[in-house]
Amino acid sequence: MVQKRSEKNMQISLAHGSGGNATRELINEIFQKHFSNEILNQMEDSAVLTVPTGKIAFTTDSFVVQPLFFKGGDIGKLAVCGTVNDLLMQGAVPKYLPAGFILEEGLLLDDLNKIVISMKEAATQANVQIVTGDTKVVEGHGGIYINTSGLGFIEDSVYISSKSVKPGDAVIVSGNLGNHHACILSHRMKIENNIYSDCAPLTDMVRNLIAGGIKIRSMRDITRGGLATVLNEIADSCGHHINLIDTQIPVDREVQAFSDILGLDPLYMGNEGKFTVIVDGSDADRAIEILRKSKYGANAVIVGTVESCQSNGETNGESNDEINQTSGETNQAPGGINQASGGINQAPGGINQASGGTNQAPGVTLTTKLGGKRIIDILYGEGLPRIC
Amino acid sequence: MITLQEMMDKLKYYNGEPVQFMEVCGTHTNSIFKHGIPGMLSKNIKLISGPGCPVCVTSGNYIDRAAEISMKENTVLYTFGDMIKVPGYNTSLSAAKAKGGRVEIMYSPFDVLNLAIANPSTTFVIAAVGFETTTPIYALLLDKMIKNDIHNIHFLTALKTIVPALEWICGSNPNIDGFIGPGHVSAILGYDIYKKACSKCSIPMAVAGFEAEEIIAAIYDLLIQSERKTSDVHNLYASVVTSKGNPKAISITDKYFQAESASWRGLGSIEGSGLFLRNEYSEYDEDSRSIGVDEKQDQGCLCGEVIIGKVTPDECPWFANECTPSTPHGPCMVSIEGTCGIWFRNGAKKICK
Repeated sequence: MVQKRSEKNMQISLAHGSGGNATRELINEIFQKHFSNEILNQMEDSAVLTVPTGKIAFTTDSFVVQPLFFKGGDIGKLAVCGTVNDLLMQGAVPKYLPAGFILEEGLLLDDLNKIVISMKEAATQANVQIVTGDTKVVEGHGGIYINTSGLGFIEDSVYISSKSVKPGDAVIVSGNLGNHHACILSHRMKIENNIYSDCAPLTDMVRNLIAGGIKIRSMRDITRGGLATVLNEIADSCGHHINLIDTQIPVDREVQAFSDILGLDPLYMGNEGKFTVIVDGSDADRAIEILRKSKYGANAVIVGTVESCQSNGETNGESNDEINQTSGETNQAPGGINQASGGINQAPGGINQASGGTNQAPGVTLTTKLGGKRIIDILYGEGLPRIC
Repeated sequence: MITLQEMMDKLKYYNGEPVQFMEVCGTHTNSIFKHGIPGMLSKNIKLISGPGCPVCVTSGNYIDRAAEISMKENTVLYTFGDMIKVPGYNTSLSAAKAKGGRVEIMYSPFDVLNLAIANPSTTFVIAAVGFETTTPIYALLLDKMIKNDIHNIHFLTALKTIVPALEWICGSNPNIDGFIGPGHVSAILGYDIYKKACSKCSIPMAVAGFEAEEIIAAIYDLLIQSERKTSDVHNLYASVVTSKGNPKAISITDKYFQAESASWRGLGSIEGSGLFLRNEYSEYDEDSRSIGVDEKQDQGCLCGEVIIGKVTPDECPWFANECTPSTPHGPCMVSIEGTCGIWFRNGAKKICK
């Protein structure tokens, strides 16, 4: 039995991937033992599921994080939460997950056991079952890679799409930005601090919003590329403009200080337990109330609004000319060409002069503390720590 | 006592002579965009970026040399992260790494010390790039190496000093009406050191911190000085900057390094603007002086003009077309502190065809 033989330093070897006895022991003593449920326990070549009629959501994601264990989670918890959250963002009720494991020779069985237990705990918390799986062993240095897919059911009444976002809608984030990114980077850079990953299933918050009848237009989990990238994608998709208020953006003090030192911006940093939800403006306060009462939603806050792209008031003729010349479309058309923002063209050489009331093309801006306006573009490059 | 609001109003509604102020330091450029300051200024006040991005002014030959060193046996090259992608004339550190060169990112030069102790048969070459803020750290490291008898760390230096560069810029761009003085460098050097250059060039300076209010105050100060035609050095960052700076940092730098002519990418050689290891420490130098002045220039890249404020990034035909942070042609697009990269990330690409 794997477990009984397991001294502290028992490791995965190529024999565990041979399909023979060692493989069976590994499955019985680690995977089946912890993931055990009626469907998985059939141990057939595929899981057989009974599904309701209607829409299903289906997604997949692979997890390769280094280090495997970090403050607030590990690769296993991440592999469940990441996929569950992707299902939730479409308004689905997550139900079933397959899990594929690629193990490198030398991985400690103890570590694998810990990772599998934390997957099980996350699955229980998110109310999903891991119903089928696969394990392969490859040469290497003790690493592990996990792929999970997810299947969820969407109730007929739920329709969530970025294309339905309208002017007047409120942009909400469910909590403080950048923690996961800062935590992982701290581990890699061997910087001591108290920054924990926010890795968590968003189930409670999302299900409560839907149960509360909130008019949800769009939901996106704020992972790689951060809030800035996610909101730019939404703006492109709906063809409207999003303006954020700098002082409303929630960031932990320690994460802010960490980012400042490294020259990173929390707006571009990834999370694993945060999402942005765009709701009808009239539902905004109620959505905040629901989120704050839900698990992991205590710091939920309205960070901005969706605005029309039509110039309101101080029309800028120059920029409109350019837009019309280039695209031949109206200001409201979605797409990159119209991103020339009214304000930007106002002064020769003076970008970022977007100010006050003039609006705008699909894209994201941020009103700063002193009333300046900053264009928030998508993430370019990889955010390397700076030199000074 | 003037309030912040009064300063902001003055800057927004100013309709006097058009003025151009240069922020010397790349961190200021970043803050200026982050706080949306250009949009808060009258169109008669223009901010231009200066040479204070160490990566941007590092010569292409230096990068080629560093890449070459990374391919040598038993040698590892350590560099700060934002150097990795900067194109040299023949290659880049990331290309060298892909070809099997040993290039590692350091977060502090001191990271290398324990590695050097643990691996005595490996030579660790530090790509020592930076201004006066970074040089004292190399000096401290060398100090510790000498005290601990460690010989397998070498420095490939391209260290710069800011004052000779400012004087050079005054001579080549006459349209600068004020300098926003670098906050971090001034913490080391103090602010007295700028007085001679400012009075010689008749350009005022306001040394500033990096918060929106501090930058607004500096621009306001420069505007008033330019109206009054004064060229004083004002310290608006008194919480950090003193008149004489940090004597310990200055003296340890001086102990190990000496000023000599140095090559600035896109600008050429500027007298007295580089710091090199003193001759008595030459065993720790990776033959840095032999890199010499760039013979070659970046064909078509206007980085050299951008860093002296002669052109803005969008005036470069490559900007946002073939030159983007993903496909940089010049160093100004690569570094986090580089003007072109900052413009691009802040949405300037959207005004380009």
